[in-house]
Amino acid sequence: MNTELLSWGQIIARILQQFLPVWIALIITFTVSIRYKRKLGLYGKLFDSPVGMVGFLLVMFWVFTAIFADFIITLDPIAQFGRVKNPLPGTPLVDPKDGQYAYFLLGGDHLARDVFSRVVMGARRVLTIAPAATTFAFIMGATLGLPAGYFGGKLDTVLSFLANLVLAFPVILLFYLLVTPEIRNTGIPVVLAAVLFIFPVIFFCTLFNSRFFTNPPKRNLYVGITLVIGLWAYFGLAFNLDPLGVWSMDPNLLNVFVSVVFVNSPTVFRIVRGIVMDLKARDYVAAGQTRGESAWYIMLWEILPNARGPLIVDFCLRIGYTTILLGTLGFFGLGVSPESPDWGSTIDDGRKLLSLYLHPAITPALALMSLVLGLNLLADGLREESLKD
Amino acid sequence: MLKFVARRLGVMVLTALALTFVVFYLTNLPPNLEKLARTEGSVRMTDQAVADWIVGNGHGGSVFGRYAEWIGIAPGWTLTDEKGVTRGRCIAAGSDPAAAPNYCGVLQGEWGFSTVFKKPVLESVLQKLGSTGWLMMWVMIVMVPVSLIMGVLSGMREGSRLDRSLSIIAIATTATPEYVSGVILVAIFASATAGISPILNEWGWISGRTLFLGTATSAMDGITFWNFALPVLTIALYGIGYIARMTRASMTEVMTQQYIRTARLKGVRFRDVVLKHALRNALIAPFTVIMLQFPWLLNGVVITEALFNYKGFGWTLVQAAGNNDIDLLLGCSVVAVLVVLVTQLISDIGYVFLNPRIRLA
Repeated sequence: MNTELLSWGQIIARILQQFLPVWIALIITFTVSIRYKRKLGLYGKLFDSPVGMVGFLLVMFWVFTAIFADFIITLDPIAQFGRVKNPLPGTPLVDPKDGQYAYFLLGGDHLARDVFSRVVMGARRVLTIAPAATTFAFIMGATLGLPAGYFGGKLDTVLSFLANLVLAFPVILLFYLLVTPEIRNTGIPVVLAAVLFIFPVIFFCTLFNSRFFTNPPKRNLYVGITLVIGLWAYFGLAFNLDPLGVWSMDPNLLNVFVSVVFVNSPTVFRIVRGIVMDLKARDYVAAGQTRGESAWYIMLWEILPNARGPLIVDFCLRIGYTTILLGTLGFFGLGVSPESPDWGSTIDDGRKLLSLYLHPAITPALALMSLVLGLNLLADGLREESLKD
Repeated sequence: MLKFVARRLGVMVLTALALTFVVFYLTNLPPNLEKLARTEGSVRMTDQAVADWIVGNGHGGSVFGRYAEWIGIAPGWTLTDEKGVTRGRCIAAGSDPAAAPNYCGVLQGEWGFSTVFKKPVLESVLQKLGSTGWLMMWVMIVMVPVSLIMGVLSGMREGSRLDRSLSIIAIATTATPEYVSGVILVAIFASATAGISPILNEWGWISGRTLFLGTATSAMDGITFWNFALPVLTIALYGIGYIARMTRASMTEVMTQQYIRTARLKGVRFRDVVLKHALRNALIAPFTVIMLQFPWLLNGVVITEALFNYKGFGWTLVQAAGNNDIDLLLGCSVVAVLVVLVTQLISDIGYVFLNPRIRLA
């Protein structure tokens, strides 16, 4: 039996080798993007800014890692291998089966699970929840922020008060109150989900209706498709009532998801509201009003597209922030199953033995940091390039 | 001005009531009360006994009524059981029911009894707040000057190499939440096997095994640089980047103003322009940001105290939430909500005071 530890050079070489699909995908993405960057609008301009490029590289590294996670992992991320706790990086498995990867590349945790595979699998989990939750928060923030900024008055006062109410809540307290196993029995997450998840349906129905209401057949087609797909997904996700079983969400995950959307949307609301208040004095809005366009048409088809610059930048920042929030939840062991390889709970598991074994905590910590750093740099690059117009 | 403050105070009270009600509602949900009944009574209680315990201890009835009792604007509950013993919210065990006050809520200073620490909530919350106060003080002492200097230095010459490098550092610190920076700092400075401590030890530069201590439990008795540097640094790092970026934005805006150009054209030295003309105006916006940063610091405090095992306010909140200690959790929430709202008020009023362009009737 092989008992020799791998050297750091060997470990790094093997890790680079495991990430091969990611390298190939990255090279293809960058070659194509740089080749055609003049034809790709804002995305293409990103490649003029070194900061933006580094950010994009980091983000895409984790995106491709999440996509190809199944090929990258060396061992089953939730299985335990052997009885030795916290094996050091490069430790060989005690008695590997045929075809099984023979080493803990970045060591193992206190249950002798492979740290490397867990971090890679964690990327997939983080990169599915964070962008999805951010998108929901944005749709909700936009649906409420547009009328609040455009109409002002009582509506604005009430909505702003509610938004400030949520913002004044210490996030950590809200998480401790909302993401507990007991609260699932009370149905509060389902009620919240029912409220939050209806907003995309409303948003897209209004979006198509305000544009195509002069052309009923086309309008009926678009709104109809939105309603069928939207409500199908809505009942599946919020109430777990999908007859076909395509849309469903684990109750734990629903709880986490709803809380994260809930915490994020008031900030988006405030941003959208501020931008609308700024833009509604523009000439093209006055032109639209003179033409007799409906208020929702002006908001959704005139103001919103013109607000895209700051919104895209904030979207990138917010995905990073959501990643941090998800990590916080995991760190306090809220709303995640103990087996789940997400980064926050892995850091939490690892920190208890930090003075003795560093590797179980430091790997996911660096992973989380690099992803959020990438998103922030990307946002910075986008902001700089969009200001150059 | 007075009218402005009065209106802000009115909104603040309304917000405080709404927030505390939400917390009260969420902590007094039926499953939490059932869990409380089983921990206070016995684990093997029947469902009927649990329901009786809940009603018998004043947790029955409408949530609005109980909230009013808890706040102290409705008379506390009293119950007389079949043995003729009268118990109630305001009646201490063994005392005369007739002598007890009618109202005893948060407003009267009765914050309830902590089931985890076995002492009155107000006492334990105040004591822990003291510990956290020290932590916050040192965080502020480190964070505010560093971030302001960083922001002013990078904002005074936009696009310079200094600006670029400081901006990257600022972005990096905002990308590093406390639970990540804490782990990394411990790895670098407080691990006996990795980082710089073993090297320093070998060279004989430090007498102990590690440069800093990885836990802050001993800081409860006496704060030293050795045991307190890492927690303070952990919280401060996350805020530094954000405040620095805000200062930078405000500084770059000020530097493009006409009066700065005029001063430059008059021949004032660049250093004097920055220090005498730009700085005061550039620091208005960061003041607001620093004040609004408090709610975030609260977040950081909870994580850091859990990470470094420093028994302060954040640690108490985690204990209360984890052990279903309803009264303690409510007490912590009241403090947290108050901190957030008061800092918002200070930032609003301070902004008006600092900015001569805003005049409220």
